[in-house]
Amino acid sequence: MIAETRAEARDAAELVQVEYEPLPAVVDPERALEDGAPIVHDDFGTNSCYTWKLSAGDVDEEFGNASVVVKERYRQQRLIPNAMEPRGVIVQPFPATGELTMWSATQIPHIARVTLSMVTGVPEAKLRVVAPDVGGGFGSKLNVYAEEALALVLARKLGRPIKWIETRTEGYQATIHGRDQIQEIELAATSEGKIRAVRAKLTVAMGAYLQLVTPGVPLLGAWLYSGAYDVVAYDFECTGVFTTTTPTDAYRGAGRPEATYAIERAIDALARKVGKDPVEIRRLNFLREFPKTIASGLTVDSGDYDAHLDAALELLDYDAVRKDQAERRERRDTKEVGIGFSTYLEMCGLAPSRILGAIRYGAGGWDAATIRFLPTGTVQVLIGTSPHGQSHETTFAQIVADQLGVGYDEIEVLHGDTAVTPLGMDTYGSRSLTVGGIAVYKAAERIVEKARKIAAHQLEVGEDELAYDGGRFTANGGALTTKEIALQAWTAHNLPDGMEPGLEASYVFDPENFSWPAGTHIAVVEIDTETGNVDLIRYVAVDDVGKVINPDVVAGQIHGGVTQGVAQALWEEAVYDDDGNLITGSMVNYLVPSAAEVPSFELGSTETPSPTNPLGVKGVGETGTIASTAAVMNAVVDALSARGVTDIDMPATPERVWRAVKEVAS
Amino acid sequence: MIPAPFDYEVAESVDQAVELLGSRDDAKLLAGGHSLIPLLRLRFARPALLVDIGRMDDLRYVRDAGEQLAIGAMTRHNDLQHNPLVQEHTPILSHTAGLIGDPQVRHRGTIGGSVAHGDPASDLPTVLTALDADLVVRGPGGERTVPAEEFFRGVFETALGPQDVLTEIRIPKLGAAGWTYVKFTRRAQDWATVGVAAVVRRTNGTIDAAAIALTNMGPTPVRARAAEGALKTPDDAAGAANVVAQESDPPTDTSGSADYRRHLATVLARRALEEAISR
Ligand SMILES: Cc1cc2nc3c(=O)[nH]c(=O)nc-3n(C[C@H](O)[C@H](O)[C@H](O)COP(=O)(O)OP(=O)(O)OC[C@H]3O[C@@H](n4cnc5c(N)ncnc54)[C@H](O)[C@@H]3O)c2cc1C
Repeated sequence: MIAETRAEARDAAELVQVEYEPLPAVVDPERALEDGAPIVHDDFGTNSCYTWKLSAGDVDEEFGNASVVVKERYRQQRLIPNAMEPRGVIVQPFPATGELTMWSATQIPHIARVTLSMVTGVPEAKLRVVAPDVGGGFGSKLNVYAEEALALVLARKLGRPIKWIETRTEGYQATIHGRDQIQEIELAATSEGKIRAVRAKLTVAMGAYLQLVTPGVPLLGAWLYSGAYDVVAYDFECTGVFTTTTPTDAYRGAGRPEATYAIERAIDALARKVGKDPVEIRRLNFLREFPKTIASGLTVDSGDYDAHLDAALELLDYDAVRKDQAERRERRDTKEVGIGFSTYLEMCGLAPSRILGAIRYGAGGWDAATIRFLPTGTVQVLIGTSPHGQSHETTFAQIVADQLGVGYDEIEVLHGDTAVTPLGMDTYGSRSLTVGGIAVYKAAERIVEKARKIAAHQLEVGEDELAYDGGRFTANGGALTTKEIALQAWTAHNLPDGMEPGLEASYVFDPENFSWPAGTHIAVVEIDTETGNVDLIRYVAVDDVGKVINPDVVAGQIHGGVTQGVAQALWEEAVYDDDGNLITGSMVNYLVPSAAEVPSFELGSTETPSPTNPLGVKGVGETGTIASTAAVMNAVVDALSARGVTDIDMPATPERVWRAVKEVAS
Repeated sequence: MIPAPFDYEVAESVDQAVELLGSRDDAKLLAGGHSLIPLLRLRFARPALLVDIGRMDDLRYVRDAGEQLAIGAMTRHNDLQHNPLVQEHTPILSHTAGLIGDPQVRHRGTIGGSVAHGDPASDLPTVLTALDADLVVRGPGGERTVPAEEFFRGVFETALGPQDVLTEIRIPKLGAAGWTYVKFTRRAQDWATVGVAAVVRRTNGTIDAAAIALTNMGPTPVRARAAEGALKTPDDAAGAANVVAQESDPPTDTSGSADYRRHLATVLARRALEEAISR
């Protein structure tokens, strides 16, 4: 319905009477695979969308020889991403030229342009996509949606601007959801608890249709089900399943929070089985030599897991909290405390293009930057990543300021406009700094290289006789700053023979490896065993994200990420009834936490630079979410383990906790 | 927010509000708007006319009326929380008002709207039921007074007719009685999964009178008479709590099943009674 005002459109839409023929619903992925389940797409004859396997080493033999086997089953409930700002799109047609400009609340202006051009037939060169300040994304705007294509087609057809803004209710129904998988994980271990092999099997709801990367999301965790631990054999299998629900797709962490959850919960189960402390069992199994090719086949760049575990234990004062736990049990306190660990390992920085090819992504994983020194000495940095809250404007400007010796406030970072920036691959998967930031760094190096040639020419010395520091080339008492050289390059009155005028450079960076952040997160919960209420009372996070460029930006990412992961453990769950209706249709019963629900986080850091990029950086956009869900649920189980509770489904609602306590008591 | 179209009038007095309500088939009062506007937004409510009483400051007061406090219907939750008369004579009301929603809600929402809306998850109706408050209503036939316990009839159903305006709430002063309201929520600013109001009068070792009412344990606030009767001495808190859910008919929803709510009511009632007895 198109109208001149939102109110008219809403009223007119109400006049449309749609007759729906209800089809049988199947909302649960395991149920959807059973014989006789309603088939979502008749032409496929099955709800099984795909099965993807990865196997290395002799897993069967390891399980056959194992003294201890742990077999666990976990449920990753469905989540709704909940960016504070809804989606929205405006398309302005320019009928005289046939060009169309789209402003969209998207994380991926570049990928959107390619895709929308293919879908609508608007030539790619006639389509400009702008992602202004889009607000939150968390993966929900890492997609190309029908509304964007519709707005484009309607604007072209009507020759008038078209605008669409999502309501929260629409967002809950039609913007992608996250997670929704059943995980089965088995560990084969020695009697001491040394893990030899891991088997993981996932059954994942795709929803009714595949969105941009729906089937690929669980596979981003495919290599990580052995976590930070050294195993020799590895087996992973994932089946994607159609269900009559909203499509799932990338949600903060995408595949890796799920993997971390499974292995971190399972290693605690193993610890209980072999009678070890969760800290001890982790130390027994840590990867310790780097770079390390892990069982699943990828190579972990660097790390020191004992270092962040030690730091976190100290921040927590582990022994004191354990003592409190013991004393409460001694006096039969109705309020128990539990301590939960998550010594996660993450792979991020999407991605080496060849690996994306191996899991059949449609695009590469490189990114690009152009740096343009303007004649008056200020600098434009044009980037192919598309920040929406990650502060590239700050961090990337710091990188450039350092290298070119210009003031931080003399640098303008431009992004999110396909007419302005180089072709890029946008922002998701904690990739911007480790891929796009490196492109920026390398482009800046090229600027310095060219400036050096000009300086050598004008100061009449050899290039290797020049010293360079803080934006100044010096030799034999002569000096030229990068700013002066920028003006010289622009006037081009006196450049070396054959040199192109201008001081501008580009770089396209395709990483050779992912980056591998790791860390120790510890959650302390207090559980009211009478009401079942779980109160997160402390949260310690020591992360190793390689070299840190801006500590505040990094802390901001961790705070938000941790809260989102805690939310999965304790509050959030998208619930469908058996007829396929979304019951949690608003924030009244889909419980997004606020600052009031979480304690002040206690952060620390350790630093092992990544050897695979010149800045030594690793990603940080998702670490918090990847680590925290497991830490909190391990704490919940730890609190109740003395009573015999070994598992609680997420979210650990008061009712679920109460029922678990009641069950073991009877 | 795009509601279905409606007409809008501002009422300057209660009489005018009554008259305007009678002028159309489907007219509704607008007070703080914090229950009505969410319904308009979803088009669940589609009144033809909204009569705004939000500017009637003469319905925003707290007065000492001897045995009772008289509170104007347009008094905001934030006023109740901070008003010295309320704090002195019915502290349970001021305590409970401070537990409603968040600061925005408390600055806009009114006691009259909260009562008139008839939402079983609301906190103030429970407290008013426990306190045996009287609700003063003005309609086309003049003024009448309805006891709180008879006022709430069902989910979103009250004793109010289509042309009635709730004008005042009268509450017996608590005197030396012990009291509390315990509210269990999933998040800090949520509606109650279950709430328990308890008022206890005691002389030394005996309980002279107890009033217990429950939030979200049925279609209306539920008065727990069996538990009240079981509370004879200060040591009876747990025993009384065990029968607190007897008269209730709790819902099952995403905050909890009916079974869980019955259990929760028992735990909260025991805690509430212990606190009220010791206060
Ligand atoms: C985010 C949020 C959180 C909330 N949390 C809580 C909570 O924790 N606990 C709680 O108890 N409440 C909660 N509320 C509800 C809040 O207290 C409302 O303000 C209150 O329930 C209604 O009061 P109102 O003045 O806003 O009424 P309105 O929304 O204006 O009106 C509500 C209904 O009452 C009628 N009405 C209003 N005044 C009168 C009158 N004087 N005479 C006759 N009919 C009248 C209206 O016609 C309408 O049908 C919350 C609301 C929001 C938006």
